[in-house]
Amino acid sequence: MLRMQNISKIYRTDLIETHALRDFSLDVNGGEFVAVTGPSGSGKTTFLNVAGLLEAFEKGAYVLDDEDVSRLSDDARSRLRNEKLGFIFQSFNLIPDLDIYDNVDVPLRYRRMKASDRHTRITSALEIVGLASRMKHMPSQLSGGQQQRAAIARAIAGDPKFLLADEPTGNLDSLMARQVLDLLEQINEMGTTVIMVTHDPELARRAHRNVHIVDGQLSDLKPFESRPAAMAADQTATA
Amino acid sequence: MAGYYVRLALMSFRRNPGLTALMVLAIGLGIAVCVVTLTMYRAMAGNPLWYKDDRLYAVTFDAWDPEESYYNIFDEPELAHLPPPQLTYRDVNALYESDIPERKAKMYTPVSVLTRTDGSGKPEGGHVRATTKDFFAMFDTPFLYGGPWNDAADRGPEPVIVLSEESNEKLFGGENSVGRTVRFNDREFRIVGVVDDWLMQPRVYDLNTGPLADPNDASIPFLWGEAMELLNAGNTNCWKPEPIEGFKQFLGSECVWTQLWVELPDQSARERMQAFIDNYARDQKRGGRYVRPLNNRLTPPSQWLVDNQVVGSDNRLLVGIAFAFLAVCLINTVGLLLAKFLNGAAITGVRRALGASRRHIFLQLLTEVGVVAAAGALVGLGLGALGLWGLRALYADPLRAGGYQALAHVDATSVVSALILAVIAALAAGLYPAWRIGRLPPASYLKSQ
Repeated sequence: MLRMQNISKIYRTDLIETHALRDFSLDVNGGEFVAVTGPSGSGKTTFLNVAGLLEAFEKGAYVLDDEDVSRLSDDARSRLRNEKLGFIFQSFNLIPDLDIYDNVDVPLRYRRMKASDRHTRITSALEIVGLASRMKHMPSQLSGGQQQRAAIARAIAGDPKFLLADEPTGNLDSLMARQVLDLLEQINEMGTTVIMVTHDPELARRAHRNVHIVDGQLSDLKPFESRPAAMAADQTATA
Repeated sequence: MAGYYVRLALMSFRRNPGLTALMVLAIGLGIAVCVVTLTMYRAMAGNPLWYKDDRLYAVTFDAWDPEESYYNIFDEPELAHLPPPQLTYRDVNALYESDIPERKAKMYTPVSVLTRTDGSGKPEGGHVRATTKDFFAMFDTPFLYGGPWNDAADRGPEPVIVLSEESNEKLFGGENSVGRTVRFNDREFRIVGVVDDWLMQPRVYDLNTGPLADPNDASIPFLWGEAMELLNAGNTNCWKPEPIEGFKQFLGSECVWTQLWVELPDQSARERMQAFIDNYARDQKRGGRYVRPLNNRLTPPSQWLVDNQVVGSDNRLLVGIAFAFLAVCLINTVGLLLAKFLNGAAITGVRRALGASRRHIFLQLLTEVGVVAAAGALVGLGLGALGLWGLRALYADPLRAGGYQALAHVDATSVVSALILAVIAALAAGLYPAWRIGRLPPASYLKSQ
């Protein structure tokens, strides 16, 4: 599970201090699909960066998969990011010089895996997202939806326990957005915990749980009604 | 991971070919300038007889003008404590008679012309060395055919000659010419040996015509100089106003134009030789010939190069300027690398998010710098070879090999020097940018891609 307790994150410049997260506490159970919503500047992305060990924080405690990760070295944080976390970004963030196969290979390269094991994982991940036939395409040769699916393949190739998605459908039309969301649900059903930051009410409703952030704190207000996990699973199964 | 990093580096170059070319050129130029100056410096500063520094000695002593030191007339007061670098004819003969040295060689370079005895071929104006047989062993002259002449030939003197490989090539098409004859000026000489390709740089045994002067075209027994009345083609310096009307008077004059080297196996021999020279000088002083204080020296090759200012301050300054130029190139490269790496910071951010540690990023970028450096080294070697070729074109006598021509190639030492320089240069230029980019907060670049 993921547990944050009283996390404070402050951005400082010469002139101002911005409290991006204030005494922020959140528990996410293994296998959950959590949507994180909130207005612009509320701290959603900061939460995701802290959860993804991309940013340190000033105060509080953070336990990820039973390991206290509050104060770890860069090497240890990188190793955890690589092994336990997968990232999906709004702008896909595929590396333009690498073809899809090599893009999916990137996180596996940092694990010192054998080439044959890497190959198995890459092809398997690309099959899950339906891009096995396009593994030698360059990112620029794919549509937006296909690029995001490639990014999802990259995120799941390492078999992470947590998938962190930052506005994963923000740059997609509604049809492609639905396909991507279907894919995230499918991955969640395979046991991966999904935490997704979104502005989209439809996406938020399809999550098991909806967390709303305002001014760097959790808000009691629930603007979107989430579906119970079981119902979401039933609907996916009958879809 | 090294192979992966090299692959990424090559991809990165394809992304910014112009910027990469600029960096390669900057490092290459810096290295080329250093290779050229270092090659020159090495050729002039290296002591090719370092392994005989405790055995070989140039003999000098001060029989110069009582009113003024030898070097003062050349406006070199910093060398005023030294005796003249050459000896008079009678002094060289008197000192040569000592039986203390294990080996000894007196020498000078007479004016000479070499031709085939059958009259075919054009005459070869040459640098012939009049010396004694030990010269070849003392300076480790390699022989292609035959060998040096013997004692009897020295005493005779017998008409024997040792040719250089180049002279043998010109006169006999490179054949084994031992036993054949060659015309030296107006007299026939029998060839006893042909020296193999041999170029001592700097030419320690005779620095009178410059440290990179051409090697000997041929050598003959020393006494032929007197027998054939061969004038000196090297430096001749005189101080005494004395009548010199013929060759005999020239030989008896106070002009210095000959050299003497001795090989002394140990300290004891050295002390005895020093005493021998000092006693000779005292005898001469008693006879009223010398007035100057005793200043007799046995100088080993390394000190001989220093005393003769083979590595001048200009040369050292040039090396300094070359390295300063390399530093400027590196500073430019640091700027270019920072610009290039910052340009790719978003991709670095993605890699960090996917599990690359700072160490991974640092090594990846340093590999990229290493590949740039390797390319820079190749360009530097190419430009360096071009620079050395330019030096040859500027300074070499176009009719002769040797001398500066020997500098016109990039040898193994230059290649290794360039590679080491490139690695150090790359580390110097790449460390900061690679470290700096690795420390950028990845989150701030993920949104910007």
